[in-house]
Amino acid sequence: MNAWIEKQKYLIDFTLSSLARRKAKNLGLLLVYTLIVFLLASVMLFTHALRQAAAEVLVGAPEVILQRMVAGRHDLIPPGYLERIGRIRGVQHKEGRLWGYYYDPVVKANYTFMVPGNQDIAAGTLLVGAGMARARGLAVGNLISFRSYSGKLFSFTIARILPHDSELVSADLVLISEADFRSFFAIAPGYFTDIALSVANPLEVRNVAAKLSQQFPDSRPILREEILRTYESIFNWREGIVLALASLAILAFAIFAWEKASGLSADEKREIGILKAIGWETGDVLKMKFWEGALVSLAAFLIGYLAAYLHVFRFSSSLFAPVLKGWAVLYPRFELSPVIDGFQVATLFFFTVFPYAAATLVPIWRAAIADPDAVMRG
Amino acid sequence: MPVARLSHLALVTLACAASLVAATFADAAWLRQQRAGGMAQMRDLVEQLQLTDLCLFTEARYTRHLSQADLHSAFQDHPLGLEHFPTGSLVLPPTRLTASHERLDRETEVPD
Repeated sequence: MNAWIEKQKYLIDFTLSSLARRKAKNLGLLLVYTLIVFLLASVMLFTHALRQAAAEVLVGAPEVILQRMVAGRHDLIPPGYLERIGRIRGVQHKEGRLWGYYYDPVVKANYTFMVPGNQDIAAGTLLVGAGMARARGLAVGNLISFRSYSGKLFSFTIARILPHDSELVSADLVLISEADFRSFFAIAPGYFTDIALSVANPLEVRNVAAKLSQQFPDSRPILREEILRTYESIFNWREGIVLALASLAILAFAIFAWEKASGLSADEKREIGILKAIGWETGDVLKMKFWEGALVSLAAFLIGYLAAYLHVFRFSSSLFAPVLKGWAVLYPRFELSPVIDGFQVATLFFFTVFPYAAATLVPIWRAAIADPDAVMRG
Repeated sequence: MPVARLSHLALVTLACAASLVAATFADAAWLRQQRAGGMAQMRDLVEQLQLTDLCLFTEARYTRHLSQADLHSAFQDHPLGLEHFPTGSLVLPPTRLTASHERLDRETEVPD
C-alpha cells in the first residue's frame, strides 16, 4: 500500500513539474475553469437561497387575493363587493387592501404606496422602506413632498423607517394612512385596490376561489399556493438569464473538452514519447495524465465554489446586483439566509470535474498506446 | 534541510480547500442562525401588511408584484408596448399563467 501511495506521489510530483513547464497556459486554463465554476455555483447558491427565503417569508401572505379586471386591466373593487363576498360560505375574514404605485421623478424611482390594515398611521405621516429612505436621503422627522396625479402637492413627515433587515420585502414601501391615500390618489370611499381573504378550512380554499370566480365573473382570485409556486420557479434553470448563463457555461465546457479531446500539442506528444522510450508503461502515462486532470479540475471546483459561497453569502451577491437592478433605481440591500442543497453541490461537482478529467484521458490513451518513436517524430 | 515535495504541497493545499468547502456548511448553519431574526421580521411584516411579493425588481409593476401579474401585463403600456424592461428577460410570467388549460373538448358530449 505504501509503495502504491509513494508511486502516486511521484506521479503527482512529475505532473506538477510538467504543468509548471507550461505555466502561463495552465494557469490561464485554471483561471477560466475556476471562473466558470464560480459563475455556475454563484447562480446556483443565490437562486436556491432566494427561493427558500421566498418560501419561508411568503408563507404569511394572504390566503386568497381577489383582483377585479376591466378590459384586461387591473381595476378598483367597487363598493358592495366586500359585503357580497361575506355571504360566501367558508370565507372567514375579508379585508379591502389599498395600495398603488407612485413614480418619483426626483430620483426616478417607483414606490409602492400602501395602507396597512392592522396599524394606524397618523395623518400627514409616512413609514418608509429603508431602500426608499436611502434613495431620497431621508431620516425620521424629515419632510417629503409628492405631487399627486391630480397635480396637488402633498407634504408628509417621516414617522419611521422600516427595519433594514426586511428590505427584501419592504425596500420600496411607503406606508400611509387610509385618508391620506384616498385623497392622494383620489380614490372615493368604499373603493379598494383588491381584497384579501382568509378561509376557515385550508382544504376549502380552491372551492372558495371557484365560488368567487363564479359569483364575480370580472374578478380573478390568486391563491397563496400560487404565489408560493411563482417564487418556487423563479430563476429556474430553464428560463431567462439563468438559461443564458447555463448555456454559456456548457458551451465553454464543450470548448474545453474539445480542445483536450481533439489532440495534444507537439510538446505533450514528445513528452509522452520520451516517457515511453525511457521505460514508462502506458498505465503510468495514463495515471500521470489522470492526476493532471484531477488536480486541475478539483482545484478549479474547490476555489470556484469557495469564491461563490463568499460572494453570495458574505458579499450579498454584489456582482449580480447590476443585472437584477435593471433600470430600477431602488434595489434592496439584503443578506440571504444560506441554504445549501448538498445534492445541487454534488451535481455541480459531477458536471464540472468529471467531463474535464475524462476529456484529458482520451487523447493521452491514444498517444500512449502508439509507438514511442512515431509519437516523438509527430 | 529536506526540500518540500510538490505533491505534498499540492495535496495539503487541496485538503485545505476541501476542508474550507466543508466549513461552508458549518458557516451556513451559523449564518442562518444569525440571520433568523431578519427572516422572522420579514415574515411578520408580510403577515401584518398582507404583502404578496418580494421587492426584487421595482422597475415594472408586473415584476415588482410578480405573483399578481396577468397575461395582459406586458401589453398594458400601449398597444405595441412589447416587453422592454430588463427584468422581463430575467423572470418569466408565473407558471400558472402559461400552463395549458384542461382539455375539456374531449369530454363534451356534443362535438363542436
